[in-house]
Amino acid sequence: MLLINCPHCGPRAQAEFGFERPVETILPVDASTATMVERLYTRTNARGVSAELWRHSHGCRAWLRIDRHVVTHEILCVALWVALWQAPQ
Amino acid sequence: MSGYRLASGGLVDRTRPVAFTFDGVSYSGFAGDTLASALLASGVSIFGRSFKYHRPRGVLSAGVEEPNALVTAGQGGRAEPNTRATDLFLTPGLVATSQNRWPSLGFDLGAVTALIAPFIPAGFYYKTFFGGPKLWRFFEHFIRRAAGLGPAPRLADPDSYQHRAAFCDVLVVGAGPAGLAAADAAAGAGKRVILCEQDAIVGGALLRDAAEIAGLPGRDWAAAVCARVIAAGGRVLLRTTATGYHDHDLLTLGEKCAEPGEDAPSLSAQRLWRVRASRVVLAPGLVERPLVCPGNDVPGVMLSGAVRTYVQRFGVAPGRRAVVAGCSDDADRTAAALRAAGVEVVATIDYRRGETLDTVKGGNRVSTVIASVGGMTRSFACDTVAMSAGFTPSVQLHMQAGGTLAWHDGCAAFVPATSRQAQVTAGAAAGIEGLAAILASGWAAGGGDVADAPQTRAERHCCHGFAPPPRGARTTAFVDFQNDVTSRDLDLAWREGYRSVEHMKRYTTLGMATDQGKTSNIAGLLQLSRNEGRPAPDIGLTTFRPPFTPVTLGVLAGEDGGLHMAPRRVLRLKAQHDRHHPLWQPLGYWHRPRAYPRDGETLHSAAMREARTVRSNVGLSDVSTLAKFDVQGPDAGAFLELVCATGIAKLAVGRGRYTFMLREDGMVMDDGTVWRLGDARYLLTSSTGGAARMEAHLAYVRGVLAPHMRVAIVEVQEHWAAFAIAGPNARSLVETLACVSAPKHMGCLAVVVAGVECWLLAASYSGERAFELYVPGDVVVPVWEAAEALLHAAGGALYGLEALELLRIEKGHIVIGAEATGRTTPHDLGLGKMLRVSGGYCGAAGLARPMLQAVDRQALVGLEADGEIPEGAMLVRAAGEAPMGHVTSVGSRVLGQGGVALALLAGGPARTGEQWLATSPTRGITVPVRVTAPLFHDPEGTRYRD
Repeated sequence: MLLINCPHCGPRAQAEFGFERPVETILPVDASTATMVERLYTRTNARGVSAELWRHSHGCRAWLRIDRHVVTHEILCVALWVALWQAPQ
Repeated sequence: MSGYRLASGGLVDRTRPVAFTFDGVSYSGFAGDTLASALLASGVSIFGRSFKYHRPRGVLSAGVEEPNALVTAGQGGRAEPNTRATDLFLTPGLVATSQNRWPSLGFDLGAVTALIAPFIPAGFYYKTFFGGPKLWRFFEHFIRRAAGLGPAPRLADPDSYQHRAAFCDVLVVGAGPAGLAAADAAAGAGKRVILCEQDAIVGGALLRDAAEIAGLPGRDWAAAVCARVIAAGGRVLLRTTATGYHDHDLLTLGEKCAEPGEDAPSLSAQRLWRVRASRVVLAPGLVERPLVCPGNDVPGVMLSGAVRTYVQRFGVAPGRRAVVAGCSDDADRTAAALRAAGVEVVATIDYRRGETLDTVKGGNRVSTVIASVGGMTRSFACDTVAMSAGFTPSVQLHMQAGGTLAWHDGCAAFVPATSRQAQVTAGAAAGIEGLAAILASGWAAGGGDVADAPQTRAERHCCHGFAPPPRGARTTAFVDFQNDVTSRDLDLAWREGYRSVEHMKRYTTLGMATDQGKTSNIAGLLQLSRNEGRPAPDIGLTTFRPPFTPVTLGVLAGEDGGLHMAPRRVLRLKAQHDRHHPLWQPLGYWHRPRAYPRDGETLHSAAMREARTVRSNVGLSDVSTLAKFDVQGPDAGAFLELVCATGIAKLAVGRGRYTFMLREDGMVMDDGTVWRLGDARYLLTSSTGGAARMEAHLAYVRGVLAPHMRVAIVEVQEHWAAFAIAGPNARSLVETLACVSAPKHMGCLAVVVAGVECWLLAASYSGERAFELYVPGDVVVPVWEAAEALLHAAGGALYGLEALELLRIEKGHIVIGAEATGRTTPHDLGLGKMLRVSGGYCGAAGLARPMLQAVDRQALVGLEADGEIPEGAMLVRAAGEAPMGHVTSVGSRVLGQGGVALALLAGGPARTGEQWLATSPTRGITVPVRVTAPLFHDPEGTRYRD
């Protein structure tokens, strides 16, 4: 079970968190059908670091971006999604 | 010729006899005995029958690696099958039963299997598949009967189990010399230590071979170390096995608070610890390997170290005339220990001198050993064989933690190389020999300066060495004792082309039993290596996975059993419902009234009465379990347009509408209603079962796709109780109840009922004039009771889920899970006209895919028949044809006669008027049905529209 260092709550067990999806599969509401097919159905699943969206669902409920090595499970960074997000112009 | 208790010696408490039974026979051992040592002391040789050939088996080892002596411990619901007799300490009144034998252990009919052993070669199971279905069916009965050892108990387990979480600076696995030294060093440095040991006492190898450490007898030193660990704020957990090494240094420990089968006085029989450690010292020690030769499984053949353990720790001689065969100093120590205990050592066979153990003969007990000694083949009469083909470091946890291995020539086995997590392996498991070096390695692993390591003057014994696998191996030369895999099987698998270690494992089942090949993996590897002509390190090992030793399902479940298995969510109005004795229906974590049968009514007749009352008068139903979300903020409307696929922006204050939400692939996820309660406030409802999914979806859209929006969403499922009042007389009831002019269809209004502020929503699910009253849950009772009093005065009825189903099916309203299956688009469900043309909602891109526009997709239709339509039936054009759809919900006409149903049918509404067959082959029912529009009652909606 991973130990995830939530920016709000500190190090917490994985059981408190929910995995949502790889960041590359996040689909804006106004995406085209071609983009939707590409992001949801043609995935790379690369061996290495995966940028993922998680939620501290049984904690502060914040959305987090977690960079995790899919082989070693090493967590390279945990960041609040909202802090990384840029509003559409 | 069999074992006996020595007159003195051992660590058992001879002042405390413990009575127990094995296969109904009473025996007595001493406190501190394992079941194995007590039975050996009582002269028992046969402990069980082997898995495949039903050969008589004795005890091979003295530890958790035991593959042979598996028994069922305890009785009734407490019975624990496949418990290792070597890992089961005697408790008063223990009832142990042997396994895999019929009718008795001494005479087993299954043993005839051994006579046809040549016909059960490696991969037998797979080979039956290639013989066509008939061959498999012929063998299936036989294979299934033979599979498995002890039977699972059929009664509920009376014991309770516990989970505990803990963390520490240093977790030490194994309280042998290395583990104790590590714990001592860490505790001395002020670290918080958890020391876990699967045995009932600390000491590890010191329990077998006494030694002086730091000027104290080894066991006294061990006790002093434990006292220091506890004084420093640490814990010492006995009978606790580290079963799994998981990510980020989380280990699971299984603690036996009571022995298997014991009527436990403690609160919990077993406890599962989840320990997060900053540093982990693994000191699990070694497992001895058996020699591979014909007859090496005959009762009386034991591992050399195990023989010494029985003599020196338990004070038990396993026999009277022993042959010792080994490949290192360790076997010499066993011979010396046997002689010291007065057991005759007939011969020592030393592989270092090129001597070999060739054959062991005997039926229910060893009788003769044939060996090559001094260049001659000789025969020795004996009743016991102590054998050793070398020692295998226990690298399981290290491997589970992602560590790599390196081949160690001395051990002829793998030892830990690099670590991925914060683990370090110390002591014999790291390939280190000699007590002094082992203590130093433990001390260093615990963070101590090697110069300060505990000293010992114990003689250095070399335990490294190995015996190569024999050539031309025969049928009864067992490699994996628990799964009855012989060296012949391994050769055959290799000849048949199974040359990877992973393939060999799966084809022969080597190492796939509950012992996970603790005694057999390396022997199998060495044989494959010789067959392949490749060095063993190049071939590698199969992966070790948790658990290290078997874990009971009870302790994995912990407290989460029975009523605690899942939360049970209780309606606020449960007591009010209970007055009418409803049948309750589970719905997710909730229980909802299904119907309120009166005297003599069945479920169906009660539901029909309730539904007819709604159609003809007025009914009252609790709909509190619906998912509800309070959505507020200047951007609330814009946010809901992202989530909902229908128009929201033009919704006026005080109005509501039906809506539905899509997944990103364009399929319908959920449906409900949205109400604009104020300028910047909406109430969104959705299905009961989808509440958690909808919460997550709203949070995702809000937090990930639209963090910039000024909107807040609160899940208010339990905050608002809700009930529906439906029927031609609903309006007058509501107006009397709330003293207002009721809103028009799809209007909403704040009202006060019984002094409580509520929302009155005019929504119809039943197809009649209907209202829903949303009341704060904590004050709902007086409002409900006021409504119920008016209901009874009007001659109305409470109605439950079953009536609700009949009503909604007649109206063609979809249900999530029945019609909206996750494979249906809004078009498939007849909702296409409601889609927001401008797009911009979740799922719009997915829904636009060309395949989803095809006309031959399965789409929602109605079905009608003269009688009942079978639930879940397939729709075929004629008998024997391929199904082109299925029935999703079935009901009956509430006021008329005949059955109606909703269905998904290829071609959909274009088939209206066609005749089809609804067929249910499993029930043998076929009913002719006519395809209709999915709407059977009041198609124009005149009964509820204004």
